[in-house]
Amino acid sequence: MICQFENVGLSYGGEPGAFSPEVLSDVSFALRPGTFYFLTGASGAGKTSLLRLLYLAQRPSRGIIRLFGEDAVTMPRERLPGFRRRIGVVFQDFRLVPHLSAADNVALPLRIAGMAEDEIDQPVREMLAWVGLSDRADARPATLSGGEQQRIAIARAVIARPELLVADEPTGNVDPDMADRLLQLFEAMNRLGTTVVVATHDFQLLQRIPSAQMMRLDAGRLLDPTGALRHPPGPETPSPGGARA
Amino acid sequence: MSGRAAGRVLDEAGGARAMTAVMAIMLFLTVLAAALGLATATARVSLDRQLAGRMTVQVVDGDPEARDRTAARLLGALRASPDVARARPVDPAQIARLLGPWLGAEAGDAALPIPALIDLDLASDDAAAAGRVAALVRTGGPNARVDAQAAWMSPVGGFMRSLVWLSALLVALMAAATAAVVVLAARAGLDQHRATIEVMHMLGSTDRQVARLFQRRIATDAGIGGGAGAIAAAAVVWLVGGQLGALGSQLVGAARLGLSDWIVLALLPLAFVGLAIVAARRAVVGALERQL
Repeated sequence: MICQFENVGLSYGGEPGAFSPEVLSDVSFALRPGTFYFLTGASGAGKTSLLRLLYLAQRPSRGIIRLFGEDAVTMPRERLPGFRRRIGVVFQDFRLVPHLSAADNVALPLRIAGMAEDEIDQPVREMLAWVGLSDRADARPATLSGGEQQRIAIARAVIARPELLVADEPTGNVDPDMADRLLQLFEAMNRLGTTVVVATHDFQLLQRIPSAQMMRLDAGRLLDPTGALRHPPGPETPSPGGARA
Repeated sequence: MSGRAAGRVLDEAGGARAMTAVMAIMLFLTVLAAALGLATATARVSLDRQLAGRMTVQVVDGDPEARDRTAARLLGALRASPDVARARPVDPAQIARLLGPWLGAEAGDAALPIPALIDLDLASDDAAAAGRVAALVRTGGPNARVDAQAAWMSPVGGFMRSLVWLSALLVALMAAATAAVVVLAARAGLDQHRATIEVMHMLGSTDRQVARLFQRRIATDAGIGGGAGAIAAAAVVWLVGGQLGALGSQLVGAARLGLSDWIVLALLPLAFVGLAIVAARRAVVGALERQL
């Protein structure tokens, strides 16, 4: 398994000893290698919190998380960078470095990984071509449209060939045509063997990849951890239990 | 991370220029304080060397003839002593000139009970030799006494020693203030670039990689500012040194900088850049370690 959650709970902050409600409760699931997952749920359901646990931006309040076969909950802090380099993240708000050009933003994971400068240029050019932005290589993020920024963010997330790609509402700021194109990029990565987790509340998007597995969050609880449910139920529909993964 | 792009990850904003100016001022003051301390130390060594082994014999007698006889006898005995390298009577006219400001025209009056003085240099700095010479002078009677010049110049030596310590304290304080400024600048930079740093962490950046970005930036600011401040201070030191030399004073003129002193001053900006790098690294890594 790429990742396994067992009875994971997460609550934010609060005074020590004081009660603070959980934003995620008893979340259990497993991500298989090379599989495409949609994570759905209404705004505030806990999608972003679950993704933050996945890309190691947060530790859970309780439960077990195994990532790439290792315990991610008790993992020493100094080991986290090595694991984060195996994960590509597309943030909801892009989070491009504003002072760097599009090409330098895309190159950032390679530079962080310590790749030699003369080896960086070619993969960056290929990646920019892949997202259709070769002619915008020198542009600063502020001069790019929302869709262009999103594609740069995706190129940055995948350039280091991550084993796990996590995207938080990647189509939230783009028109339907662009959303289609972005989804095709994720599919292409998935075909190359990357496990992809896309959080979205766009139900139309879910229809476009019939082979994708689906997980649905409702008020911090995972309703379909099996991935068997192709179409999300309404809030009043009881969720099936059991574990297949 | 390396390359030009790494240097651009942290935007070059106004804070960088402010840091450069602060470092220039810090190094300007530090180099001046260090130069004062080094020059004073040199002057003190020179003074000690001049005063070591120098003594003054006084013969005080109300009868000028008896005074002169005693002085002449002592001068002969001193010149014959192997412990004395050189003995020279001080010209009464010179003594009268020295006393002129206090006694006016009467200073040269032969009736005034002005002591006869003999300046002498010992053959060695040995304390025993000084003791033997003092015993020899005492044979001249109760009206003859001897003073080591080092003793009556000791307040000057003490003052110069205090100046050296004060300079060292100033340099240490400036170093501490520089480190504090760098820590504050690094923390402000962390706040300013929090979003970028978070992204870098999520992309797998280590604390050391992030710290290196700050180190590079602060080292550049400290290098440029510190270099400019040090050059300006060196120019001031050189000009003031020239003016002191023109005074013609043996003591003040000895307060000059040698080659080794200039090397120390030149190393100060490098030391401060190193200090700034270490302070920045500790501040950044310390702050990052409190995050996940």
